Amino acid sequence: MSTEFEFSVDGETIVAKPGQTIMDACDDAGVYIPRLCDVEGLVPQGSCRVCTVKVNGRTAAACTQPAEPGVTVENDTPQVQGYRRDLVRMLFHEGNHLCPICEASGRCELQAMAYRLGISQDSLYPYLQPVRPVDASHPDIALDTNRCILCGRCIRASRDVDGKNIFEYVGRGIHKRIGVNAENLAASDASIDDYAMSLEVCPVGCIIRKREGFFAPIGQRQFDNKPIGWEIEARHKNRIAVHQIDPSEEQS
Amino acid sequence: MKRKKRIATVSLAGCFGCHMSLLDMDEHILELMELAEFDRSPLTDFKTFSRRCDIGVIEGGCCNEENVHTLQEFRKHCDVLVAVGQCAIMGGLPVMRNAIMHSEDPLRECLEEAYSSSAKVYNPSNQIPNDAALPLLLDKVYTCAEVVKIDYQIPGCPPTGEVLWATLAALIKGEPAPQEYHMIKYD
Repeated sequence: MSTEFEFSVDGETIVAKPGQTIMDACDDAGVYIPRLCDVEGLVPQGSCRVCTVKVNGRTAAACTQPAEPGVTVENDTPQVQGYRRDLVRMLFHEGNHLCPICEASGRCELQAMAYRLGISQDSLYPYLQPVRPVDASHPDIALDTNRCILCGRCIRASRDVDGKNIFEYVGRGIHKRIGVNAENLAASDASIDDYAMSLEVCPVGCIIRKREGFFAPIGQRQFDNKPIGWEIEARHKNRIAVHQIDPSEEQS
Repeated sequence: MKRKKRIATVSLAGCFGCHMSLLDMDEHILELMELAEFDRSPLTDFKTFSRRCDIGVIEGGCCNEENVHTLQEFRKHCDVLVAVGQCAIMGGLPVMRNAIMHSEDPLRECLEEAYSSSAKVYNPSNQIPNDAALPLLLDKVYTCAEVVKIDYQIPGCPPTGEVLWATLAALIKGEPAPQEYHMIKYD
């Protein structure tokens, strides 16, 4: 018979069930750990590392790290948030993210994470501005890989939920990209009704549902008024307001 | 009586949308005129700096040599430099010519599309404009921070008049620019 156990996150006691990851237990307790590659309903893969926390002083991905009795987790500390800020920044610098012309703007999780982490200052990283293809061959769906952050959510959704294996990683290192299991998307058995093509799966504007863009006006978009993760933090019985990082930390 | 702060503004590779937003601060512009005066700016039509300025507001990134020269002039003549808008911070729409042309030589392809190869272009000489009076285009569009040291960045396309007012009002008082959650918008 399984028994619950406790561990601490930023000094707060969290109750976890056996088999839960640190992120699962924190989600249940209303403590938000930022994440991009992980989404409810898909197998976690720990690739984006935005959910990095310190467990007993060592960094780990909270989405894959099992919760253990008595461990001490650092989540909302300047050092850990600094790691996340750098990771999110690097994602912006690695692809071609043009928010003013992106139809995912306002509901983009990468953009929302940058807002939440208070990223407004310039960084020393160069913009790589890679040359990446756009696959608009399919009548209902397009892929703009300029915006892809390689979270792999579409791969897991197509493989585990749709059972189609349409997407897969291709290449290595900086040349790694998302490929489809055919010459192009039109030649694959991709359908607009696939879970992998739904708005919940792609966190950015890489998978584009044609003729559906800009469906929500500015001011009513997903993250226009509430920061990413607010629904998890709202579960916290003692928390009055959703925590937001002070961007002035960034200037120091 | 304390002297008014001096503000200089410029639009480099921008669309003047951020300057429009500056005018969109409504009645705050009267308060701003009480606290500050504009030196080199499209608003005054001064083409050069008449004196050293306290605050320089930059819209747009650098796409040609004149932009780089202007930006360096601003750095030289302004105490605090504020990059305003996505074009100044990340390159914005002009930066699309760096990569999204899907070409190994995006600048050449961009010019050829504009002046010779496009079906809608009538250009019997088939020449791309190369007059000495035209500023030389850079190999790619650069963000302001890639060229000079930038002190503050206000993202947005464009940032709202309220955000610009709040930032300028704070900088005029000598306080750091406010960067609250609702003020950070990339679009």
